[in-house]
Amino acid sequence: MQEQLYQFNLASIGTPPQALIVRWLWLIPAIPIVTSGVLALLKQPRQRLSAGLAIGSLSLSLLLSLIAFVHVLNYRAMMLGISQIDHYAFNTAAHETVNLSWIQVGSASVDLGWVLDPLSAVMLVMVSFVGLLIFIYSTGYMAHDENYTRFFCFLSLFAGAMLGVVISNSLLLLFMCWEIVGLTSYLLIGFWYQKPAAAAAAKKAFLTTRIGDLFFLLGIVWLFAQAGTLVLYKGGGGAIEPTALAGLLSQHAGLGLSAATAIGLLIFAGAVGKSGQFPLHVWLPDAMEGPTPVSALIHAATMVAAGVYLIARVYPLMQAGALAGGSTTALTVITWVGAFTAVFAALIAVAQDDIKRILAYSTVSQLGYMMAGLGLGGVAVGMFHLITHAFFKALLFLGAGSVIHGCHEEQDIRRMGGLRAVMPLTFATYAIGMLALCGFPLLFSGFWSKDGILEAAVKWHPSIAPFIMLVFGALLTAFYMTRQVAYVFLGKWRGDKPAHESPAVITVPLAILAFFAIALGAIGTPAWPWFRAFLDGRAVAFDMRGFAEPGLLTLMCLSTVVVFAGLGVGQELYGNKSPSPEAPDRLEQLAPHVWGWLRDRLYVDEFYAATVIAFYGWWARVSDWLDRRVWGGLVAGVTWAFGLWARLIRFLDTNVVDGSFDKGCEELNVGGGLLARLQSGRVQTYLRILALSVAALAVILIWSSRP
Amino acid sequence: MTSQVTPLAGYLLVAALLFSIGLAGALTRRNAILVLIGIELMLNAANLNLIAFWRYGPHPEALTGMMFAIFSIAVAAAEAAVGLGLVIQIYRHAKTTDLDQMNRMKG
Repeated sequence: MQEQLYQFNLASIGTPPQALIVRWLWLIPAIPIVTSGVLALLKQPRQRLSAGLAIGSLSLSLLLSLIAFVHVLNYRAMMLGISQIDHYAFNTAAHETVNLSWIQVGSASVDLGWVLDPLSAVMLVMVSFVGLLIFIYSTGYMAHDENYTRFFCFLSLFAGAMLGVVISNSLLLLFMCWEIVGLTSYLLIGFWYQKPAAAAAAKKAFLTTRIGDLFFLLGIVWLFAQAGTLVLYKGGGGAIEPTALAGLLSQHAGLGLSAATAIGLLIFAGAVGKSGQFPLHVWLPDAMEGPTPVSALIHAATMVAAGVYLIARVYPLMQAGALAGGSTTALTVITWVGAFTAVFAALIAVAQDDIKRILAYSTVSQLGYMMAGLGLGGVAVGMFHLITHAFFKALLFLGAGSVIHGCHEEQDIRRMGGLRAVMPLTFATYAIGMLALCGFPLLFSGFWSKDGILEAAVKWHPSIAPFIMLVFGALLTAFYMTRQVAYVFLGKWRGDKPAHESPAVITVPLAILAFFAIALGAIGTPAWPWFRAFLDGRAVAFDMRGFAEPGLLTLMCLSTVVVFAGLGVGQELYGNKSPSPEAPDRLEQLAPHVWGWLRDRLYVDEFYAATVIAFYGWWARVSDWLDRRVWGGLVAGVTWAFGLWARLIRFLDTNVVDGSFDKGCEELNVGGGLLARLQSGRVQTYLRILALSVAALAVILIWSSRP
Repeated sequence: MTSQVTPLAGYLLVAALLFSIGLAGALTRRNAILVLIGIELMLNAANLNLIAFWRYGPHPEALTGMMFAIFSIAVAAAEAAVGLGLVIQIYRHAKTTDLDQMNRMKG
């Protein structure tokens, strides 16, 4: 069972010794998970120790991730030299994997394993780096919480499981870590479980994502049944490598879909649940009931991106069967769901008043962009937006946390205002995050990543509609972010107690994230598309002619105009107006009905309450009736019958069994008394009996020896 | 029927007499020490038998009977010591050596 198969994908070009970092890659998730186990055993007051352990373990993971990243860079450079000769060898060798056999059942074996390739390396660094900053931020943000140790225990467990999702080379291992991630999300949303809203939100998040996970699990089981393995890359024998995919494509699943498409859609359903895409997005805004660092880490930067990462990870499956330049059914579905979610959530975000809820809907919207990017342009397009979004959205959430902290736990943006003067550092970093999210031209990372998605959308053959939706979404994004910033930072203070700037432990992570919110754009510009080349496995050189691609400049101008339009309208409507908290919103005055719909989140929750939840309520009542009347009656009948039987047995017992037993005991007692009388305790009586016996014996002997 | 009394038979008669005296003493006396003396008498009657059977047996030249008797005397001495020890302890405990009153070890 412990047989270890160190797989190597370099079959065609010989086998170089496997790098140490690949073999020990499992340490990256294992260290935080073990730490969380240790933290679970610590007493609550051990604040410094628990924070130190959590931060230390994640720093170690970050260090290992960086080593892995550098290794991939070197490996890539070496492989690029080889790929000049043999492109096929390059493609198969891109993934360094270690696979272990876990369970052997007959001829089928379930393998676990991990993979190091550009995709996982980038995610590893992003998750551990953003995670580390948020851990540090949490030491300040949660300093006065009585369950400090528990918080870091959960955070560590989350970080470990998330890193596990990232490095998994087996859908089964990925699913296990995926579920642990879901569990920690549940625990952390409900961290302040004394609040009924938090407990309800945690339950909602858990149940909603469970729906997606159920489909995901079905997809996994189906894939195992068809491909016979769940390992993704295994030197040509993996589930998403050409051999297996060809088999999947030839299977028909009904409705004109191939098995590959059907499995792809099932897996996508899992991603829909985790990444808050349209039908299952309802849990994510409610998840903001958790502590703000949790919102930043789990519900903005990493966990919700896990769905996007999953699609990127199994991209060959999604893409299977596509002709050159064409799209597949699975990718089309992903595109439409993503584009729709992007616009839908952006619309709702316009009319929200809770600072974190706006960001939550913005996250849903941006996740839609990532999904659309994956569907339209491939792994690199979606993943680039994922990485840039992780930084600027973590920045925005941590900034929002700083604002909430400074405003004495106030979350309603109508009761803030004028914070630019009071919290200059928070304002500066928040503005950077906001501009990056809006896609402010040239300077900010969000512009380049969003532009990549729009560029892919405009080239998409089946329909131009996703492009229009995404551009509209960009307009809305710029608008609602301007509205939020105007409410929070501009105008004059409308709260009760004066606000204050947050301590350095909170502002320093903000500054670092702000730096990356700007700088990350540099690795994805059309002139130097390093990120895309890194993921696709091509060489890259700096070339200004990248901008000269037909239509690209027009597109950039268009998106610039859109962003400025959104910013301008927002500034016109809300800038420096400082309306009183009770006054109706400017848009509400213009179109009260539409505003009402948007403020009530387009009634998705109400729709679910009226359909799914109502059905389950009815079904629960039916089950309750069945339980009480039918099954309860049955059980009561059986109980009654056994009671009767028991009474009969008791009668037999007292009158028959007990009577005879008592009699026997009495006899024994009498007999024992008789025998006991023989033992009188008088030595001479014994001696007398002995003497008489000897005499009798002598008489008998003499008598019997008579001739 | 006439019978001739051989030396062996004489010894055996003396031994039997000795045994009977010992037994009578052990059975009739109430004093524990006198009972012990009676038991010693019975033991010595047995020893006398051992010596007599050896002396008039088929191999008087081997010292087996003598050895047996000496062993027996040694064991009897040890036994008498233990018995007297017990009697002394009982006396200290119950202030009496009357055997009829020492009847607490009964069922």
